[in-house]
Amino acid sequence: MLAFIIRRIGQSILVLLIVGLVAFSMFRFVGDPIDNMLGQERTIEDVERLRSQLGLDQPFPIQYFKFLQGAAQGNFGVSYRQGRPVAEIIMERAPATLELAAVSGLFAIVLGIALGVFTAIQRNGVTANFIMASSLIGVSLPTFLIGILLIYLFSVELGWLPSFGRGETVSLGGWWTTGFLTESGLKALVLPSITLGLYQMTLIMRLVRSEMLEVLRQDYIRFARARGLLDRVVNFRHALKNTMVPVVTVIGLQLGAIIAFAIITETVFQWPGVGLLFINAIQFVDIPVMAAYLMLISVMFVAINLIVDVLYVFIDPRLRADRSGAH
Amino acid sequence: MADTPTPLTSNVHDKGRWERFRESDFFFAFKRSPVALVSFTVVCILVFSSVFAPWIAPTNPFDPASLNLMNGFTPPMEPNAFTGSAFLMGTDDQGRDVFSTILYGMRISLFVGASAVLFAMVLGIVLGLVSGYFGGWTETIIMRVADVQLTFPSILVAMLIFGIAKGFTPVEYRDQMAIWVLILAIGLSDWVQFARVVRGTTLVEKKKDYVAAALLIGRRPWAIMIKHILPNALSPVLVIATISLALAIIAEATLSFLGVGAPPTQPSLGTLIRIGQGFLFSGEWWILFFPACTLLALALSVNLLGDWLRDALNPRLR
Repeated sequence: MLAFIIRRIGQSILVLLIVGLVAFSMFRFVGDPIDNMLGQERTIEDVERLRSQLGLDQPFPIQYFKFLQGAAQGNFGVSYRQGRPVAEIIMERAPATLELAAVSGLFAIVLGIALGVFTAIQRNGVTANFIMASSLIGVSLPTFLIGILLIYLFSVELGWLPSFGRGETVSLGGWWTTGFLTESGLKALVLPSITLGLYQMTLIMRLVRSEMLEVLRQDYIRFARARGLLDRVVNFRHALKNTMVPVVTVIGLQLGAIIAFAIITETVFQWPGVGLLFINAIQFVDIPVMAAYLMLISVMFVAINLIVDVLYVFIDPRLRADRSGAH
Repeated sequence: MADTPTPLTSNVHDKGRWERFRESDFFFAFKRSPVALVSFTVVCILVFSSVFAPWIAPTNPFDPASLNLMNGFTPPMEPNAFTGSAFLMGTDDQGRDVFSTILYGMRISLFVGASAVLFAMVLGIVLGLVSGYFGGWTETIIMRVADVQLTFPSILVAMLIFGIAKGFTPVEYRDQMAIWVLILAIGLSDWVQFARVVRGTTLVEKKKDYVAAALLIGRRPWAIMIKHILPNALSPVLVIATISLALAIIAEATLSFLGVGAPPTQPSLGTLIRIGQGFLFSGEWWILFFPACTLLALALSVNLLGDWLRDALNPRLR
């Protein structure tokens, strides 16, 4: 058990070191950082001074170590395009992405579970079949087309909701901006959250439905009904509760996917978050921003996977014996 | 031949490949499935019209001489107010025929998608064979990398590879190289499935007697891997390749839509949708609508074909 966790943490650190190496090589070998920082008019002394100041005259492993040290302290250098520290830019953009991800995650979980239970109980109902059929279409539509479709319907044709931006935001404590407190901010959240959460919503819905169908067949449900319990109690207290273990795992793993797919949604809706920042960084080959995003997203993914794996072992005792022997 | 019942094994070799194919269960199932027939027809029409785009398209949208700015923003099937020319799917802001740009764009989408899948397939097969056959630390490294890569969504991996490769290409070659960088990025984000399946089959097959026999008569490891082991993995590889093609087409469209894929000088369907989105608010819906429908038809029919193929070739994979 302990050995498994230690080995898993070791693997995660190895992955992060390799990702760090990729990020560092980008930083070090794509173009010359000195060229990017100094303008056209410069002397050889300037170049040499900056080179030793940045530590670029030191051996590769030492430079790599220093880069990791800086990255661990949140120091990713200066954006080539904006001329400001990358950490500052990301901190400024993070609230937008996190609020969007939180709302779409909530949308996916609540609606996904509700529709999953509904389609499982009304197994052969017309509405349930319609929901299942339309969920297939939802899965096969590319995210950006869903976004454009929603913009066309609700912004262009009906004019109900804004098609881009975050609306008015309120600053909280100087470092967090929120769109939850203004009407335009809330309105601006609707379309992007649906676009981002739709895929995860259908995924959770289908999972809950199949798990519910499995559970509803079992004897204890029949006995609960025989005892004369209300349908509501049987469906939610007895059945739904027992479907939750796989659902919670999938939700955990999809958290990372939501952050990653936010890149697409943020571009469609010009949402001023980290994803849009990353896309612009790729377009303009702004290496420090790309490297920082790469490091951040890997830390996040590795952490989520580690937590889910370890939680699995805690939740399901059967895995303990298997896992510690394997690999 | 008809009145003397011969055993099936000898019968098989008397007939040509085509004859055998027509009598196979596979072809029978294909004839009986409306989904397969429709999606196969749609794929054939789309592939045919994009391959022969220069002969089918009414105009060459990338030849500046054939463009007339006066034709700009002509709605579909309506004569233009100034020039009187009519276009099947209308024109964009520069007077380019939307139908022609779609045909040329689909060409690029299909080329990138197919090349990326081919690249991923070759890479996955080689790595899968090597790790399954030789085992040891080679296997550990390859499969660890695969595990790590699987935890990231493939579109994110493709974006990162695209960004890194773009950074390493010299500025003056970036637009020319964009298509090849795109193929590399999507291909590298997609090899894991192939490698896993091929490795699984190799692990099972290499323990069998015929592999030992081939070793005994002195065949080299590579010949055994490719000639003897690989054919066992071909049907799942074919299924994964078809489904990957649909995913690769969507991935390419997504990247190009985000502006990190095909350059505006060589627009794919995704680039066309990106351009069309700009005209959504001013009412020129056709610039967006037709490329989007084409992309959907292409991705959906390839996807359905892949699903059908999976069920027909290997019920175990279901």
